[in-house]
Formats: sequence, C-alpha cells, structure tokens
Amino acid sequence: MGLSQSFFADRFGITERDLESYLSEALSAGGEYADLYFEYLATTSIGIDEGIVKSATEGVSLGVGVRVIAGERTGYAYSDDLSPEKIRKAARVAAHIAKGPATIVKTGFEESRRHNLYPMLSAPHETGLAERVDLVKRADLAARAYDARVFQVQATYADSLRNVLVATSEGRLSFDRQPMARMSVSALARQGDGAPQHGHSGGGGRVTLDFFNNEKTPEHFAKEAARQAIVQLDAIDAPAGETTVVLGPGWPGILLHEAVGHGLEADFNRKGVSAFSGRIGQLVASPLCTVIDDGTIGSRRGSLNVDDEGMPTQKNVLIENGVLRGYLQDKLSSRLTNNTSTGSGRRESYQHIPMPRMTNTYMLAGESDPEEIIKSVQKGLYCATFGGGQVDITSGNFVFSATESYLIENGKLTRPVRGASLIGNGPEALKYVSMVGRDLQLDEGVGVCGKEGQSVPVGVGIPTVKIDRMTVGGTAA
Amino acid sequence: MSDLETLAADAVKRAMDAGATDAECTVMEGEEFSATVRMREVESLKEAGSRAAGIRVLVGQNGGSSYTSDLTPEGIRTMVRGALDLAKITSEDPFAGLPDTSDLGARKEDLALYDDAIEHMETEWKIAQAKRAEEVAFATDARIQNSEGASFDSHVGRRVFVNSRGFSGSYRTSSCGLSVSPVAKQNGSMERDYWYTSARAASKLESPEEVGRRAAERAVRRLNPRKIPTQKAAVLFEPRTARLLLGDLFDAVNGGAIYRHASFLVGKLGEKIAAESLTVIDDATLPGLFGSSPFDDEGVLCRRTVVIEKGVLKSYLLNSYSARKLGLKTTGNASRGITGNAGVGPGNFFIEAGERSPESILKGLGAGLYVTELIGGEANTVTGDYSSGAAGLWIENGELAYPVSEITIAGNMKQMLMDVEIASDLEFRGSIASPTLLIREMTISGQ
Repeated sequence: MGLSQSFFADRFGITERDLESYLSEALSAGGEYADLYFEYLATTSIGIDEGIVKSATEGVSLGVGVRVIAGERTGYAYSDDLSPEKIRKAARVAAHIAKGPATIVKTGFEESRRHNLYPMLSAPHETGLAERVDLVKRADLAARAYDARVFQVQATYADSLRNVLVATSEGRLSFDRQPMARMSVSALARQGDGAPQHGHSGGGGRVTLDFFNNEKTPEHFAKEAARQAIVQLDAIDAPAGETTVVLGPGWPGILLHEAVGHGLEADFNRKGVSAFSGRIGQLVASPLCTVIDDGTIGSRRGSLNVDDEGMPTQKNVLIENGVLRGYLQDKLSSRLTNNTSTGSGRRESYQHIPMPRMTNTYMLAGESDPEEIIKSVQKGLYCATFGGGQVDITSGNFVFSATESYLIENGKLTRPVRGASLIGNGPEALKYVSMVGRDLQLDEGVGVCGKEGQSVPVGVGIPTVKIDRMTVGGTAA
Repeated sequence: MSDLETLAADAVKRAMDAGATDAECTVMEGEEFSATVRMREVESLKEAGSRAAGIRVLVGQNGGSSYTSDLTPEGIRTMVRGALDLAKITSEDPFAGLPDTSDLGARKEDLALYDDAIEHMETEWKIAQAKRAEEVAFATDARIQNSEGASFDSHVGRRVFVNSRGFSGSYRTSSCGLSVSPVAKQNGSMERDYWYTSARAASKLESPEEVGRRAAERAVRRLNPRKIPTQKAAVLFEPRTARLLLGDLFDAVNGGAIYRHASFLVGKLGEKIAAESLTVIDDATLPGLFGSSPFDDEGVLCRRTVVIEKGVLKSYLLNSYSARKLGLKTTGNASRGITGNAGVGPGNFFIEAGERSPESILKGLGAGLYVTELIGGEANTVTGDYSSGAAGLWIENGELAYPVSEITIAGNMKQMLMDVEIASDLEFRGSIASPTLLIREMTISGQ
C-alpha cells in the first residue's frame, strides 16, 4: 500500500511532498532526526449496570505529533488540527530544541516492512450497535444465572480502531490500522446477610466483535467474574510473611512484567537508574527461566504490526536460561547506545513522546506437570488471578496483588484466601523459581501498562511456576 | 459568552432540535508545556494545545454520549448525530436525567483557579527552575551522583458546560509544577525518591532549592534498607502516603459504590465508623486549590460537605444520578472527562488537622513503621480489606532508626478507621490531602 491508498491521504489529502515539507520544517534548526505520527482514533463503548444498558459512548480524536531529536534532546509538539499551517507550526515548536543550521531531509520515502497480525473480517464501525449491546446483555444474564447469590453485575464492551501513519526524516514511511476490543465483567455476590464479595474478569485483543461470538463469549467472562465472587464468600485471611508461592498460568505473568520487564526498558538502563543496569550476561533468574517480549503474536492485545515509531515489532529474548540477554530499545535509546531498535517504541497517543515499552511479555514453558508442582508444596500459597502491579525500577522492588488465591497444605489446594499484595525484588525473585510447568498460557487480554503518565495495552503470560520464597502481605500473622 | 460557550450552546440546541428531550455539552481546551532536564542538560521540551467537545443526550429515559476533537460545524453535527443514535440502543433507565434545575448554579466568588502569570512564564525560566532543583539535589549529598531528571510542567485550560435546563458556565484553570527524582547510591544499594511542588499559581510553588533538597534527603535516607520480620505494629503514614489511604476512603463514600452495594460503608449513615478524632471534609470552594471549581461537571453548584464528623458518617458524596438512586440530594460531586454519564469525584477531600505534631506522635511510639512509599496498593472497597507494598523507616524508641523495604502492610479499613490518630500537619498537594496519620496496629509482612 502506498501513501496514496492510505487512510490519511484519502481522508485528509496528505501527500509525500507534504510530509517532506513538515519534516524539513521540523529540522529547520538542525537536529539529526525528526518524525511525524498521525493518528485517527474512533472508539465505542457500551455499559450495562443493574441490568440496564445505562451508557453508550462513541467518539473520534485525531491529531499529529512532531518530534525532533538533537543528540540526547527531544523536542515535541502536536496539533489536533491537520491543516498544513497548524502542522508546520507544531514542527517549528518542536524545532526549538535544536539551535543550528537546518538539516537537509532526504527526499522520497520507503515503506517500512510490517507484519499482518490482525487482519479484520469487518472494521468495528461496520458492525451494528445492536450487536454490541447484545454482548453486554448476555454477560449480565450469564453472571446472574451462574449463582443465585450474585446480586450485582456490571459489564462493558469497548472497541476502537486506530489509523496511524509514521513518517521519518530517514525516509521511512509506515501505516497501520489497529483494532482493539475488550469486554469486562464485574460481579458482586452475597450469602444471606453476609458481606458482599467482588469478582472481575475480562479479555479481548486486537480483534473485532466476531471474536466475542466465536472465541471468547460474554458468557465465558461473566461466569469467570461470578465464580470469583462466589469463591471469595468462603475466603479466610491471607497469610503474612515469607512463604512458597505457586503462580497459576496466564495473567499471573504480570509478575514478569513488573519484576523484570520494566527494569529492562532501555531508557532506564541508558541512564543507569534500573536495578538491572549493566547486568547483561549476568544470571538474574533461575536457569529454568526464559523470558520473551514478543510484539508479533497474532491478534494479541500487546501486538503491533509496526511500533509507534514505524519499526516492525519483533520477538525479543530478555532472559535466556536465567541469563540477562537484552533490553527493550526505542529509537532514541538505541541511537545513543549504538544499538538497533527492538521495535519497542510506543506512545499512548499523538500527544505523547514515544519511549521503550513492553508488548506481550511471557515465560517459556518448562517441563513440570502443573499438578506435580502443587503436590511438591507442603505449605504455601497458590495464586490463580491477580489485580494490578507496580515496580520501583531503581530498587527493583515490585508488588502485585493476588485477587484469587488458595492455601496449599500438604500438596493440595485447600481454603481460598482474601486478596493480598505480594512483594519481591526484581533481580532476586526469579532466582527462587524451582519448577516451571509445561502449561504456558497467555492472559485473556486485559493488561494496561502505565509509565510516566502514558498508558498502553500489553499482554502477559506464564506457565505454572513455583517460587520458593516470596513475601505475602496478608493479615494472618 | 465565549466562543466555546456559543459552540456548546449550539450543540445542545442542535440535539434538542433533532429530538433529544435533554442535552448537556462539555467543551475543553488546554495548552500544556513541559521541560525535562537530566544530568544538568535539557532532555526534552514539549508544547502544544488541544480542544475537544462531548455531548450527552437523553431521549426520554434513554441516554447516549459522544465526543470529538473536530470542532468544525461538520464535526459537531457528526457528534450530535452519534449521541442520538446511541440513545436508541440504550435501555430506559427510570433514574436517568439532568440535575434538578434548583441545584444548578455556579459560585460567584473568585476561586483563584487561574493565574495569568503562568501563560507568560519564559521557557528559559522554566528550564532554569528544573536545572536548579536537580543541581541542589546533587549538591545536597555526595551519594547523589545520578538522577532520573527534573521537570517543570505548566498547563492552562478552560472548561465550558451548557445544558438544556438553562445552565451555561465556563471557567479557566492553570497549574504548574516542579519535580525532581534523584538517585542515591552507596555500597551497591541504589534508591530513588522524588519531591514535587505544584500549584494553580506560580507564586505558590516551593522553591527549586526546597524541592531539590527534600528529594535528595528522601533518596539518601532509603539507602541500604533492611527487611524486617513479619509482625503486628503501629504504622505512621507521612502526608504523602496518608493521602493514598484517604483516596481509598473516598472510593468507599462514592455514591456510585453505595447504590451498587459495593462499599463497606453501605447503610452506615449516622453511625460511628471511625475514631472520634477523625473529621473528613469535602470542600470545592477553597480558593486556589486543585479540587475547587465553581460548578461540578453537570452544572451543580459546588460546596462544602462534612463527610465524617468526629467519627460519625454524615454524608456520602453524590452526583445527581447516585442521589436519585439513594433518595438523597446531590452534593455537587459530579465528575467526568468530556462526555458520558457523570461519575463522582472529589472536591478538596481532606482530613481535618489534629492537635498533636507528627514529631510528638513519633516520640510516643516505642516501635513501628514510618511509611514513606506505598506501591501497588489496592484497597478492596467492597470489604475494606487493605494490603499494599511499602517502604519507609523503622521507628525505635520514638526515633526514625533505619530504612526498611520489600515489605507489605495489611489491615481492614473498618478497623483502621477506628484505630487512627491524626497529626496537625495538613497541607494541600492535590485534591486529596491528609496530615500525618497513625494507625495503631497493622500487619507488616517481611521475612
């Protein structure tokens, strides 16, 4: 597809000559590199609460971000108006970062190679609103039908389609059309006059509405939310202190995102402020651990055909058999450290400066039978589902909160326990991994990662994993 | 009337002409600036402005919402049409509606939300503030040799709101802030901390020297932390971490959580839920603060609400929808971005200062934890269960003895509210503010 067939040429009449002239304006005061990020985002969301479809919202936002890099310095400006004079003005503002004679921009563009990870059967806006409403109604009914103790259900369905165009002063041009859809369901259950308990589930990916009819149905997410709420009705206080922890497969992979992923982002390491700085080649995990960040998995929430700097995404090995292999690089950090971009430059929107980010982060399957892993634990905690997590990349301390977990007693799962935070230290925690299951699962597609005020969708995955030592923050001391 | 108010009024009229029985339109514009400096050099400069509009319509009891960043007549037409189309697919909600006309209104007094000095600050001056803060951080202690940078941000904006019940209002806001994140290093231990100052008026900012010095002292005192045994002990929250706890309390008095039965404070109005020393106020009328505004995000007059008085729960915080659901009156706490059904948000939500200084509370503690950082914490609003990662300083014989990290603290909010003691050092650094708080006993998990 050439520029002339692209969304932005079609809709806004943007030509290669326009792009060259904006880039020249951006480099009019010097600098080594400039890029333009055009974005047109259309969203729809529908929500049901108390059995009533109370909310339905749609909208569009569009704009262009202009970036200039001069050495370690970045100038950035954006406009929500795509008229040539407004884009030129933004380019001149971004140019303020450099102070010198103009840099000559290469003429002509070459289209960047890209994947085709999310072919769309139908674009979201071509699907009827009524079909979307049907999804949340089905979720509401299914959660209530799961158990009579479920008394409150909220469900939302949200989808979006983002058209992007990236043009760089190096003559690289790329386009992408990025769908995203997600359902989420939360349920409250109550036993008699007892205190209510909460359950939550959700999922999706770079998919369209068909996915929720054919693959993961509203009923699937609804039952899961209801089941979690019901399980919590019998939960006892979580233990406090160090114990053996077994993580179930899938979303508990958020451990990797927090414990190692953020610490391996190249900006932190270039600046020497990460607990992983300068540790490439060192053992930072048990030899059973191989951790990958892969932006090329079909239809996954964290996947991208090209990153937000126009580079094709790739499969990056972060930790191989326990040894730290590489960092996640964007344009700026790779330039400054003589590396190549790993296709990890991402941004929330045209209003944001890109930085190194994760895509889908997971641990490769091992050889243990998941059942055997649980059987091997005399006393410990099995964590099936998590809420969110956070990390202090400098000390390496990370936290994540278990929302569904069970005591392990004599090799068996016994009582469900209440939600609790788990805390560990990034470069240390994975050294205590003593068994890795063969049941790698990716999460269902709910992850949102925040960094320096920017949110981007991500995925995680992990097989069943045994960690011999971890601090669990319950109240049952 | 500003151009944007006219634009919003036209959108409302267009929706009413096309069959809406009620409509409300929000328009926002803003300009942002940020400069970051790292290792004494400018790292990035960002400057830009944007605008957006959103509309919510009701057709009878069915609602629909839409938004756009395209404020051309064509963009607005598309937005209005979109909201009306969506109102055809939502359900009839007997409680849907705009606020009662008698609740609509805007405060007349000057709330000091906008300082025009912020628009006229020179870029070079702003960069210099960030450079100075970082420089002072380096100069404060030899163990600070690295930094995650310092930044100076500023923002000016306008919010416009018009509805079909005759409300039309607009207000301007400004803010600026300075922060620095130094990295301290010693004997293989590396720790980062930060300090910041932010205000609606440039003259209210702390000096870069103050910001740099406090950030450096905070980072250095975290070096070489110990891990402590699991135990039950007193936990003292400095204001920066206490306000996060208070944020969890806000979620529990949010009218949306109350009508859904998703709060441990359901059905507790008029009951004693906290220590007698605890009084919690929400006040959107305090001049110059981040939580103040003349009207809320559905055009209701902003006000002061006593939420907890001497330990007794006096009021939930409500928008018009949750108020109707609960048979109560709105407290003027409607909050939303640009469109959609309004949620509930804080004005200035704060704990009234107590009598004792934080130093005197500290002196009275034989042992305990002084929490300077909470990470990954989540309170379960439904049950009140609370558990969070933490770092801070261990208290021995009434003094801060040594740094601790990689620990968690846990308890239940119901009990924590009863076990609280409040210090005198209330200051506003955001729309949620707390003095130093002591919780007499929590579970600390460590080794």
